[in-house]
Amino acid sequence: MVLVKTSERVGRVPPSGIRKFFELAEEREDVISLGVGEPDFSAPWAARDAAIASLERGQTSYTANRGMRELREAIADHCADRYDLDYDPGEEVLVTTGVSEGVDVALRALVDPGDRVAMVDPSYVSYRPGVLLADGEPLPVRTREEEHFRLTYDALQRAGASEADLLILCYPNNPTGAVMREEHLEPVAEFCREHDLRVLSDEIYADLTYEGEHTSIATLDGMRERTIVFNGFSKAYAMTGLRLGYALGPAEGISAMNRIHQYSMLSAPTTAQHAALEALESCEEDVEEMVRAFNRRRRFVLSRFSEMGLDCFEAKGAFYVFPEVPGNDGTFAEGLLEEQGVAVVPGSVFGGAGEGHLRISYASGLPQLKEAMNRMEAFLA
Amino acid sequence: MEPKRELLEALCANARTDTADLARQTGLSESEVEAAIADLEGEGTIRGYQAIVDWEEVDEDHARAAVELNVTLDRETGYAEVSERLAKFPEVSSLHLVSGNYDFLMIVEASSVRRISRFVSEKVAPVPEVTQTVTHFVMETYKEGGIEMNGDDDDDRLSVSP
Repeated sequence: MVLVKTSERVGRVPPSGIRKFFELAEEREDVISLGVGEPDFSAPWAARDAAIASLERGQTSYTANRGMRELREAIADHCADRYDLDYDPGEEVLVTTGVSEGVDVALRALVDPGDRVAMVDPSYVSYRPGVLLADGEPLPVRTREEEHFRLTYDALQRAGASEADLLILCYPNNPTGAVMREEHLEPVAEFCREHDLRVLSDEIYADLTYEGEHTSIATLDGMRERTIVFNGFSKAYAMTGLRLGYALGPAEGISAMNRIHQYSMLSAPTTAQHAALEALESCEEDVEEMVRAFNRRRRFVLSRFSEMGLDCFEAKGAFYVFPEVPGNDGTFAEGLLEEQGVAVVPGSVFGGAGEGHLRISYASGLPQLKEAMNRMEAFLA
Repeated sequence: MEPKRELLEALCANARTDTADLARQTGLSESEVEAAIADLEGEGTIRGYQAIVDWEEVDEDHARAAVELNVTLDRETGYAEVSERLAKFPEVSSLHLVSGNYDFLMIVEASSVRRISRFVSEKVAPVPEVTQTVTHFVMETYKEGGIEMNGDDDDDRLSVSP
């Protein structure tokens, strides 16, 4: 007898496509996983130490809904310095429990039933469920390897995004590692201005941009007033488990998001907020060092793929590369795991445009990457 | 970051990385890597390559001490002259001129505490410029060359995550 009746809404959300690979990988002992979406580093010690110190001082209460004032100020300063993003810490910054919560409350705050939400395909797995849970209609916009998986004006046009209300951008991109420089963002911004699209820009991998600087779409003409920018501490500061992110946007948008956040979350984890404050104040060098390490691994992996004859565009962001593989990506990934004990995530998990590709995470030490590449080479032979 | 600096960082992370892997990591060709390393060695930027050993794991005696040294200088003898004399001893594994209450910080290694004591009293203390020595025997090493001796390198991340 079914005692619990679940909602029609939750029924709309499909189970995670990654689950299967997680279970297969967990069954084996000798697996090298290139399927991990988080850094292998630990958070910088100074940030961890600040978290511990805050606990020792007994700072275990709630903070302001929007996050500690001091942290919001530090975030605003950091974003102004680093990304040219100017936001008022009083009205335009919301500290969230990871970017995931930020995107979720933004969707619930900005989407009306039936609103169309365009999103880059392939991209991170939570946008589509987020839109469905907010009663919106997901509209995937396919990107192509020939265009380095960048979103283009034509792709938006082709997908019918002129009818959309909202666009979710994610660059540097998970799973492709694609980046969009200012010249690539400008046509997208033009499309958004022409068709009055609001933008949710998930920039969690911004600091992991190689060979050049990250540009936020919110810095382009006429975009600030229609964009919510998301960033956080998970990737660049290796703080995934501390669950801390932030959203920047026009006061009305942030205030609407805060209305949901104050009831559902109350405030982001206090201990993590203390760690984040310290991270912004003193961990810049740790971040730079991690970024350089990621970049060496990126070059290593790309160069091994080219040696083994796997087609792979030169990803310049995040810690993923997205090679094309023969045949079905799911079958390939299962075979690779069974025969060689290397876990990866099939590209199709991230959307139809990811089919035929694998997401390879290089957030692992070089010795592991080296061994994994040798095993992949053996699998392909 | 310029290629040579990048190579240095890769070698500091693991000096045993072979040329082919260094080339893959830096985007240089193998011959460029070899040339750059030859330059770095030739100009004295890279002075050598060593293993970081946890002597606790080696089945033989090993002792180490940090020795504080005070020296007195005169017109003919400066820190450089004194340091040259001290550095020649194979027991001295590192030697630094430091700020603070003493002049040199010297790390001494030998097969036993007794040998170190004898070395300090018979070879170091008699050096005419040395006015005082304070020897601290190392009781436990927790971190060396950036590597934690009891570091736990288990990867506790989920094996697959979005």
